[in-house]
Amino acid sequence: MTTAPTISAARETIAIRSDNLCRHYRMGENVIRAVDGISVEVHSGEFVALLGSSGSGKSSMLNLIAGLDRPTAGSVVVQERDLAKLSREELAKYRLHVVGMVFQSFNLIPSMTIAENVELPLRFAEVERSRREALAMDALGRVGLRGRIHHRPTELSGGEQQRAALARALINRPQLLLADEPTGNLDSHTGIEIMDLIREFNQQMGMTVVMVTHERALAERYAERMISLADGKLIDDRPNTALAARTLEAQL
Amino acid sequence: MKISDLSELAVRNLRESVLRNSLTTVGISVGVASLVAMLSLGTGLQQMFTRRLEKSGLFNTIVVSSRREMRGMRRDNEQNGVNPAESRVLDESARQEMEKLANVVEAYPDIRFQTELRFQDKPHLTMVSALPQSAKSNDAFDGMQGNFFSSDTAPEAILQKSFAEELLGKTPPLGAPEPNVADLAKPLLGKELTMVYPQRESAVQPLLRPSDPGSNQNLAGASYSVISREQKLKIVGVSDLDPESMRGPMRGKLFIPLKLAESLHVMQQADLRDISHAGDEPVYGSISVRVKDPSQVKGVEDAIKSMGFSTFSILDASRSMQQVFKVLFAFLGIFGSLALTVASIGIVNTLVMAILERRREIGIMKAIGASDADVKKLFFAEAGAMGVLGGVVGVVFGWAIGQVINFGTNIYLKRQSIPPEHFWAVPWWLAVFAIIFALIVSLVSGLYPASRAARLDPVQALRYE
Repeated sequence: MTTAPTISAARETIAIRSDNLCRHYRMGENVIRAVDGISVEVHSGEFVALLGSSGSGKSSMLNLIAGLDRPTAGSVVVQERDLAKLSREELAKYRLHVVGMVFQSFNLIPSMTIAENVELPLRFAEVERSRREALAMDALGRVGLRGRIHHRPTELSGGEQQRAALARALINRPQLLLADEPTGNLDSHTGIEIMDLIREFNQQMGMTVVMVTHERALAERYAERMISLADGKLIDDRPNTALAARTLEAQL
Repeated sequence: MKISDLSELAVRNLRESVLRNSLTTVGISVGVASLVAMLSLGTGLQQMFTRRLEKSGLFNTIVVSSRREMRGMRRDNEQNGVNPAESRVLDESARQEMEKLANVVEAYPDIRFQTELRFQDKPHLTMVSALPQSAKSNDAFDGMQGNFFSSDTAPEAILQKSFAEELLGKTPPLGAPEPNVADLAKPLLGKELTMVYPQRESAVQPLLRPSDPGSNQNLAGASYSVISREQKLKIVGVSDLDPESMRGPMRGKLFIPLKLAESLHVMQQADLRDISHAGDEPVYGSISVRVKDPSQVKGVEDAIKSMGFSTFSILDASRSMQQVFKVLFAFLGIFGSLALTVASIGIVNTLVMAILERRREIGIMKAIGASDADVKKLFFAEAGAMGVLGGVVGVVFGWAIGQVINFGTNIYLKRQSIPPEHFWAVPWWLAVFAIIFALIVSLVSGLYPASRAARLDPVQALRYE
C-alpha cells in the first residue's frame, strides 16, 4: 500500500484527547454522573469502539466529542481545538467541517429527498449549488445509492437510510467520523454492510472513527481498540489483538 | 446560509404542513386586506374630494384685486406695500402680465354688473356675470339644462334657476319645494332676452385743456361718457347652481360669455373709482387667475402680490382639509392594522407549533453543522415567506373588496340618480406599503419562535421522538 507511510505518520498525531472529562446532569435532587473523569487519547486514523451497557455514559462521551454538549469539568481537545472554549458559533463550524455523525435512528430529514439530505451540510457551508450536486452524487456513489437520490427517506430500507446518512456524514470530508450504534436498527447482514463501509472510510480516507456500541462482537470484528465504560468511568482500554492477528494473517 | 437556500428550505417547510401554514397565511391576508380596504377607502375619498374641489375651481383660483380697492379695508393693504393711492391700476396690461406668469392657465377679468333685462316686454333687474369658456368644465354646470355658450363672443345667455323662475313668474313661496330645472328650462331655451346696460365710451376730445395752467397731464384721457345700450341674448341654458354658493364669477343670476361682455364696455364700479386713470384701456374690479394645480397657488399668489396687487385664495381651507384627511387616514390605518395584529399572533402560534413538531429536525441540522444563526434565519425566512405571500394575497383581496363595494355603492347611487363616483383607490404605494408592512409584522412575529428554535439543545432535541 503506497499510502501506508502517510497514514502511519498521521497516527503519530493525537486526534482526540480528553482530560478528566466530566458531564454531570442534575435531575431534581440527584446528580447523574454520565461521564465522570475520563482521560483518553485517540490517535489520528484510529478505529475505536466505545463499549458499555446502556447508561454507561458512552453516548454522552460521544456527544462531548461531537461538540453537541459541553463538559461540566475537564476538557476535550479534538484536532487541537479545546471544545469547551469554543463559542456556540465556532462549535457549529467545528461540527460542520471536522465531524461527521451517524446515528442509530439514521436521523435523515423526512421532508427532504436523499440527495437533499446529503447536500444539507453543504448548504450550511454555503457551497455553490452545482458543486453541491456533484459532491452529493459522488458521496452517494461511494455508498452505492446513486439510484435512489430522488426518493424520500421513508421510501428506503433501513440499510439504505444508514448509507445515505453515511454519505451525508462524509460530504464535508471530516477528519472524524462519530457513529452512535450505527447498526442498532439494522439486521445483522445489513449491519455488516454498513460496518464494511465505515471501515472503508477509516482505511482509505484515513478518517478517525469513534463508534459507540453495546455489541462486543461487532467491536471485536472492526475496531482496532476497545474502550469500555461503566457508570461514566473508564474501566478497560486495550487494543483488539484478535483483529490485529487477523490483519497480519491476511497480509501474510 | 445563502438567501436562495433559505427561501428554498422555507418554502419547502411551509409546504410540509400545508393546511396549518395556509390558514396562517389566510389570516395575514385577511389582516392585510382589511388594512388595504381601510386605507384605500381613505385614499379614494381624499382623491374624490380633491377631484371635486379641483372641478369647483375653488382651490386653484386666485382672485386679484387692486390695492386701490378700499371697500374691504384689508389690513395688509394698510400695513404693507405702497400707499394704495399710488399703487398700480388693475388693467388689461396687468392681466396680460399675470397670464404670462409660470403655472398660470388663464387670467380673466371678473365682469359683473347689475342691470335691467327685458323678457316678453317685462323688465327684470338682475346681476349679470361674465364667464370664460373654461367654466364649462366646472362642476357648477353639472346639472345644467341646455348647452354652454357656443363661443366666447356669442350673444347667448345661461340663466340661473331662480332667475328662470322669476322670468316665468313661478317663484315658489318660501319653504315650498323647488321646481325641477328641466321643467323650467323647457319653455325658456331658445327664447330671446334684451339686456339694457350702461356703456362706457371714451370722450373723443379731452375735456381739460392741456394748456390750462396747473392741470394734470395724466388726466388728459380720463374723461368718458355713459350711454344706454341694448343687447339681444338667446337663452341657451338653465343652471341649477345655487346663487348663494361662494364661487366668484358664478355669483350671478344671468351669465354671458366673457369676450362678449368685454366688447360691450359695460360701465364698471372701478371706472368710477379710477376716474383718474388715463386712456381707453379697460380697468377691472378684480381678475380671477386660474393655476394648473392647487399646490402652485402660493407661488403665483406671491408673484402677483409683488406686482403690487391684493390677492385672495382659499388655499388655507384646503390645507386644513388635508389635515382632516391625515387624521382620518391614521384612524382607518389603526383599525386596519388591528386585524393584522391578530394575524401576527397566528404567525407566532404557527411557528411555535412548528418548533415543537420539528424539534428533532432542528437537532439533526445542528448535529450536522447548522449554526444558531442558520436555524434562526430559517424560521425567519418561513415567517417572512408567510408574510409576503399573505401580503400579496391580501392586497389583491383588499382591492377586490373595494371593487365590489364601489360597484354596489354605485348601483345605489344610480338608483338615487346621483352620478357614479370612484371613491375606492389602491395606489401602487399602498400595495407596496401593505406588502412590506405584512413582511415586517411577520418578521417581528418570527423573532421569538426563531430565537427559541436557535437556542434548542441539540442533544435533547435528538433524543425527542
